[in-house]
Amino acid sequence: MELIDYTVLRLIWWALLGILLIGFAIMDGFDFGIAMLQPFVARNDVERRVLLNVVGPVWEGNQVWFILGGGAIFAAWPTLYAVSFSGFYLAMFLILLALIVRPVAISFRGKVDNERWRRIWDWAFVVSGFVPSLIFGVAFGNLLLGVPFHFDQTMRLTYEGNLFGLLNPFALLCGLVSLAMITMQGGTFLAVKSEDPIAGRAAKMTSAAAIAYVLLFTIAGIWVAYGISGYVVDAPVTDGPSNPLLKAVTRADGAWLANYSAHPLSALAPVAAYLGALGTLLFARRRAALAAFISSSLTVAGTICTAGFSLFPFLLPSSSSPQSSLTVWDASSSPTTLFIMLVAAVIFVPIILAYTSWVFHVMRGPVTAERVKSASHDLY
Amino acid sequence: MHEIDIVTLSRLQFALTALYHFLFVPLTLGLSILLAIMETVYVMTGRTIWRDMVKFWGTLFGINFAMGVATGITMEFQFGTNWAYYSHYVGDVFGVPLAIEGLMAFFLEGTFVGLFFFGWDRLSKRAHMVVTWLVAIGSNLSALWILVANAWMQNPVGTIFNPQTMRMEVSSFFDVLFNPVAQAKFVHTVSAGYVTGAMFMLSIGAYYLLRGKHTEIARRSITVAASFGLASALSVVVLGDESGYTAGQDQKMKIAAIESMWETEPAPASFTLIGIPDAKAQTTHYAVQIPWALGLIATRSINLPVEGIKDLVAKAEGRIRHGLIAYRSLAKMQGKPGVTLPPDAQAAVSDLGYALLLKGIRPDIENATDADIHAAAMSTIPNVGVLFWGFRLMVALGFYFIALFAVAFYLSSWRRLDRKWFLRAAMLSLPLPWVAAELGWIVAEYGRQPWIIDGVLPTSLGVSDVPASNVLLSLAGFVLFYSTLAAVDLYLMIKYVRLGPDGQSTPSVLQVPAGAD
Repeated sequence: MELIDYTVLRLIWWALLGILLIGFAIMDGFDFGIAMLQPFVARNDVERRVLLNVVGPVWEGNQVWFILGGGAIFAAWPTLYAVSFSGFYLAMFLILLALIVRPVAISFRGKVDNERWRRIWDWAFVVSGFVPSLIFGVAFGNLLLGVPFHFDQTMRLTYEGNLFGLLNPFALLCGLVSLAMITMQGGTFLAVKSEDPIAGRAAKMTSAAAIAYVLLFTIAGIWVAYGISGYVVDAPVTDGPSNPLLKAVTRADGAWLANYSAHPLSALAPVAAYLGALGTLLFARRRAALAAFISSSLTVAGTICTAGFSLFPFLLPSSSSPQSSLTVWDASSSPTTLFIMLVAAVIFVPIILAYTSWVFHVMRGPVTAERVKSASHDLY
Repeated sequence: MHEIDIVTLSRLQFALTALYHFLFVPLTLGLSILLAIMETVYVMTGRTIWRDMVKFWGTLFGINFAMGVATGITMEFQFGTNWAYYSHYVGDVFGVPLAIEGLMAFFLEGTFVGLFFFGWDRLSKRAHMVVTWLVAIGSNLSALWILVANAWMQNPVGTIFNPQTMRMEVSSFFDVLFNPVAQAKFVHTVSAGYVTGAMFMLSIGAYYLLRGKHTEIARRSITVAASFGLASALSVVVLGDESGYTAGQDQKMKIAAIESMWETEPAPASFTLIGIPDAKAQTTHYAVQIPWALGLIATRSINLPVEGIKDLVAKAEGRIRHGLIAYRSLAKMQGKPGVTLPPDAQAAVSDLGYALLLKGIRPDIENATDADIHAAAMSTIPNVGVLFWGFRLMVALGFYFIALFAVAFYLSSWRRLDRKWFLRAAMLSLPLPWVAAELGWIVAEYGRQPWIIDGVLPTSLGVSDVPASNVLLSLAGFVLFYSTLAAVDLYLMIKYVRLGPDGQSTPSVLQVPAGAD
């Protein structure tokens, strides 16, 4: 079954993990972003309905990026799945509540013609975009800091932290980076799919978010360089069994920047994040909506790659027992499983991209206020 | 203060969220296929009443679908949040069908369901029909993959324990995929979903006929539901029998408990139709038995015995002792890279899970006494009363569905749907498929206890080591949240059923055609 070297398989799945996260942040990100922007860009029932009808036909497909992310981490990185979701127990619970209320808010809001009913679901919709955007960012911040957990010899996991431990200043800063980035996604997509005055307001919000992003991302970068010590695996074995306890790990200042000097090309990730944000700002001001959306998506990809490249080969470092840290080389599935999953991904991902594109093509064109008004009983 | 038991809380939360999620899944499975069938009739005949039917039932489908999606998210992540050791121990195997479910089924279903609602004016008739079929196929494929995963928990084939990583790993994906339990479960479960969808249309159709409203749509809906429901109800029972056969081979304890069969029955075993199980005295009072029946169902033969609970407990004792050999050997080599187990321990690894049952009794299981081992073996007996009665009620409902749909089929074929007694019975039967489906879940999963993976990992070891207070909090949150959503869901369902198909043109209905450019 060893058609591909174990090391290579692990690298491929590390890359696929990144692609899944990027797919999720780009696609579901614009749904979250539009939800967060609702109080700022929609001023009456018709305008709020325009927003719902922008996300209406596509959010369910977008959300599958998140579900698939969970399934793929379970299958390819089972230890990471076990540690991250049980460790971030209450944070995950909050995300789940937000994601449970979202489908209901979108499809139930218009089902009753009553002002109070609609306002309740409107707020549920806004919260359902805000909470995951913030918490995912906070989670990424904690990855860079390391979280307190250790394994015993039977690989039983003990997590020593709590929810409030996750809410530290650096992680909250990363949460703000995420909020700014997701707002850009939402604002740029909304500008593509709506008309003035909504599109104009969305473009304004996008510009503000892009400026905020550049500032926050820069502060976070400086903080990582000077304020956080990273982790280093001593003498890594890349094709050994997936048992984190078989390695030694030390902490070192500036270790999260080591990959950029060792592999200068990886610096393209933060560069892409900056260029994307500047492009978003520029195109949003010029009202080139599609170009702004593409730029914003580039920022998403660049940001997630920056975090991934900084951490590599770590997936989730342990601050209390560095040896227990999860890395690409010791938290994966067996070679057989990684290979089966790779075959499945190679077959299905192109098919998924093809039919998703087709659906966006069918639903192309802006959602207009006139259309929503005249078809008041047809749309959300 | 008495410490709250994390295992109980985690199991309660899983049972609650799974049973709740499973209120919406069967209807999605059945109604999606029924929508596709009705739309095919529309495309083939060109008669717009069939399109109106798709839109009306589609609105109800949409309310249910949103709830299914919402409550399904919890399931995908709960393994990680609450069952971390389980996730570590079997993620290499169990995660694969879940991930493929996402790739093959959820994307299909999730991407096209938007077009189903918003694509009426943007797609040709045929293209929209294809979209509806894709939603139905996506839903049904997701049932296939989750049942491949579940079947592996019932019958863990195609895997070996790797002492270096301390977990189960795939040795033959082919065996995992073509697990006989998965085949039987898939057909049984989707058929149950089809029965639910058919009953939904039959009952609501009957309600309209009783009120003399929307009779054209109601009659046609009943006709479709009757034939589809009859075929599905037959399939559920026949393929439930197939489940019995595979459980007879792989999960002897479950079938013995379902039968409340304490002693091994000489071949051919008789089937206990009804009786009163007594777990304390380890016997069944007032048993009414059908000779030969169980032997035929469980072994497909008249010369093989069916093992009883007492004999299975004795076997479990032997496996616990055997498994301890592997456990002691593993304890010695832990933490040393590249070590392999000695041959006697290697041979005992298949019983390691049985040795782990002792963890429920004492932490230092290598020192277990005979009394401990006996107690651990006794813990392999599931709750006989619940399984015995749950199974019988489910099967009785299955036969009732066959009868009801057969009558519906007869009456609709002879155009005699004006019989009030039948319409009332059909209307009142609405909740029954859900009762049967939930009972099916209880028999299959509660009957698997004390195992989370049959014979491999005890449930009590699978949990996360998170503070019990966190689990209590999330459990309370789910109860509160889900109860609210249930109220909202019921309110909307009733509102839209009352509005009926004509409600399509009132201002409060939505999500039917989206506008053309």
